[in-house]
Amino acid sequence: MSETRSYPLNAWYAAAWDTDIGKTLLARTICDTAVVLYRRRDGSVAALEDACWHRQAPLSMGRLDGDNVVCGYHGLVFNGDGRCVRMPSQETLNPSACVRSFPVVERHRHIWLWMGDPALADPSRVPDLHWNDDPAWAGDGRTIHAKCNYRLVVDNLMDLTHETFVHGSSLGNDAIAEAAFESTHNERYAYITRWMKNIDPPPFWASQLGKPGKVDRWQIIRFEPPGTVTIDVGVAPVGTGAPEGDRGAGVNGFVLNTMTPETESTTHYFWNFCRGYRLGEQRLTNEIRDAITRVFGEDELMFAAQQKGIERNPHRGFNNLNIDAGSLWARRLIQQMVEAERPRSRLAAE
Amino acid sequence: MADEALLQPATVVAVRDLTPTVRSLEILPADGILPFTPGSHIAVQVCINGRPDRRHYSLLGRPEDGCYRIAVRRMPHSRGGSIFMWDLREGDALAVSAPRNAFPLKGGGSAYLLIAGGIGITPIHAMAMALADAEAPFRLLYGVRSRSDAPFGDALATRLGNRLELVVEEEGGLIDMAAAFAPLPDNGEAYVCGPMGMLEAALAGWRAAGRPAERLRFETFGNSGHRAAQPFIVRVPDLGREIRVEANQTMLDALDAAGVEVLSDCRRGECGLCNVDVVACEGELDHRDVFLSEGQKAEGRQLCACVSRVAGGSVTIRTGYRPL
Repeated sequence: MSETRSYPLNAWYAAAWDTDIGKTLLARTICDTAVVLYRRRDGSVAALEDACWHRQAPLSMGRLDGDNVVCGYHGLVFNGDGRCVRMPSQETLNPSACVRSFPVVERHRHIWLWMGDPALADPSRVPDLHWNDDPAWAGDGRTIHAKCNYRLVVDNLMDLTHETFVHGSSLGNDAIAEAAFESTHNERYAYITRWMKNIDPPPFWASQLGKPGKVDRWQIIRFEPPGTVTIDVGVAPVGTGAPEGDRGAGVNGFVLNTMTPETESTTHYFWNFCRGYRLGEQRLTNEIRDAITRVFGEDELMFAAQQKGIERNPHRGFNNLNIDAGSLWARRLIQQMVEAERPRSRLAAE
Repeated sequence: MADEALLQPATVVAVRDLTPTVRSLEILPADGILPFTPGSHIAVQVCINGRPDRRHYSLLGRPEDGCYRIAVRRMPHSRGGSIFMWDLREGDALAVSAPRNAFPLKGGGSAYLLIAGGIGITPIHAMAMALADAEAPFRLLYGVRSRSDAPFGDALATRLGNRLELVVEEEGGLIDMAAAFAPLPDNGEAYVCGPMGMLEAALAGWRAAGRPAERLRFETFGNSGHRAAQPFIVRVPDLGREIRVEANQTMLDALDAAGVEVLSDCRRGECGLCNVDVVACEGELDHRDVFLSEGQKAEGRQLCACVSRVAGGSVTIRTGYRPL
C-alpha cells in the first residue's frame, strides 16, 4: 500500500482555485481520497471526506443547509468539522458518528488541503505562490486535468529544453536546448537557472518586450516539494545589465504551477502566469492566458501519452540525462517526504 | 460499527505495571504498525472460556513510538477480557486489528477541555500529549480514586503543569461540570472518557449550559454502570424462555447463547439495534448505553441488551419476535 504511493500526505495541496468553491457542494478527489468542499456562511471553506459515516453514500450528492451538509440518502447531518449533528428517528446522537475533516487554508488564490496527520498541519508551510495575489503582479490561469502522475508534470517544468521541441512555434527556440544551465538546491527548494545571452527572442517575448534587437533571456525554475514549481522568466535588451541583476529595461513574468495528485495516474494541475508589466490591461491578461492554454495543451497530450507508455512497461524505468538534474532533485525531495511518513516498526528502527 | 476488522499477528514486546491495577502493554505487529491519530483504538483478540472474542483498547503515545501501546485495568468483575490481557507476558503472540478512530480530536480548535475518569485516561492521554505538542489551549481534568491509583498521573503533571487538574475522590474531590464548562468558549469542544456516572454528569451539564450536543465528544466501551454487575433473570414470554445472565456476561450474549435472536452491531451501547422492550422489571434497570435519551431511560420501557443490565432480580422483555 504505502510502498507504491508516490506522494506524501503530510503536505499542503491545492484542491481548487478560490473561485471554484462557493456555497454549494463540490466533489473532488485529492490524493486518492474523495473530498467534498464548500463555503460556510462566514466565507471559510470546509473540506470533508465525501462518504457518509452511515453507509458511505457520497455527501456531495446531498445538500447544504446553512453550514451543514445533509446526506442525500438518509438525512444524517454533519457540520463543517465532520461532526454529526442530527440523526433520523432517535433522540440521541451516536457519539462515534463523524466523517473525516481536512485542515484548510485559503492563500494565494488557492484552497489548500492537508491530507495527512492534522496535528502537523502548519499553515506556514503552504507553498509560496504569493505572486498570485500580489498587486505588483497581474495575470490569470486555469486548471488542467492531466492524465498522468503528478511527477511527470514536475519533470516537464524542471526541464524546459522540451520547449524547443514541444512548443517550437511559441516559446522555444534552439537557444534553450543549447544554453548551459546550473542545477542548485537546498533543504527546501531545487533550482535550475538558465541564462541565454545575446539571442533573438522567441515570438512571445519579442511581442511582450516591444523593442527590436537581441536580448538576454532568463529562466529560473524553483521547485518546492511536493508539487509546486515557480518559474521566473523574462527578457531584457542585451547589455542592459539583466544578468547582473538590473532587469529594469526588460519584462519579467512568473509561471506559477502547483500540481496535486488526484490519483496515482491523474493530476489537478493549477497554473497561472503573472507579469510585472502593463498591470492594468485585462485584455493582455486574457490574451496571455488563452495563448498559454494552447501551449499547455501541447504538454497535456505528451503527459497522457507518456503515462500510457509507462503503464505499458511499468518496470522499465527511466534513463536519465544531464538535463534531468532538476527533475531528479525534485524527485529526491519528494522521496524524502514520502519516506519520512513510512510507519517504522521499532525493530526496523534499531 | 460491527467489528469486522482483519486481525494481524503481533507480539507483546513489553509489559509494565503502572499502578497496582493498571498495566501497560507494548504490542508490535509482525508487519509493523500503521499510522494512527489521538483517540484511536485497536481490537485485540482475547480468549474467554475457550472462545475467541474481541476487546478494544485506546492507543497511548504516537506512531513514532514504533509500537502500539495500551493500558489495561484489571477488573474485579471481568467478563474475561482483562484477565486474558493480564495473563500476557513479554514475547507472547496475539492478534490485533489496524487502528481505528471513532473519537477523533478536532484539528485547529480554539479551545479544548479534556475530562478523564480512571482508566478512561487512555484515549485522553494521547490527546493531551498531541495538544501539548501543538501548543493548543487546553485543560485536562483527571478524576481518580486515589493518588496511588492514577495511571500516568506523574508523567502528565510533569508535561502539562497547571493545565492538569487531578481530582482525587478519596480526598473528597468531585469534578464540577458546570464550573469546568463555564470558561470554555462557545466554539470550544469537550472530550470525555470515564465511568458512566461521570459521562452522565457531563452530558447533563453540557445540556444545561445550552451548548450544542456535537461539541461534547465522548467514548464509552459500555463497560461501566451505576451498579456492580450481578446475575439476573431475563424472561421472554413470546418465546417461553427464562434465561440467567451471569455477572460476567452481557444480556445480549446470554440471549444469543439461548437462541433468542436479537440484532446488534456496535456492542457498546451506541447504535440501538439491540434495544428491546421492557414489559416488567423486578430490580433496578442499570442503563449503560448512550443510545437512549435521559427521558427514555427514566421511562424504563426500553433496554439496550449489549451493555445494560438489571441490578438484582429479573426483567421481562419483548424482542421483535411476534408469534404466528
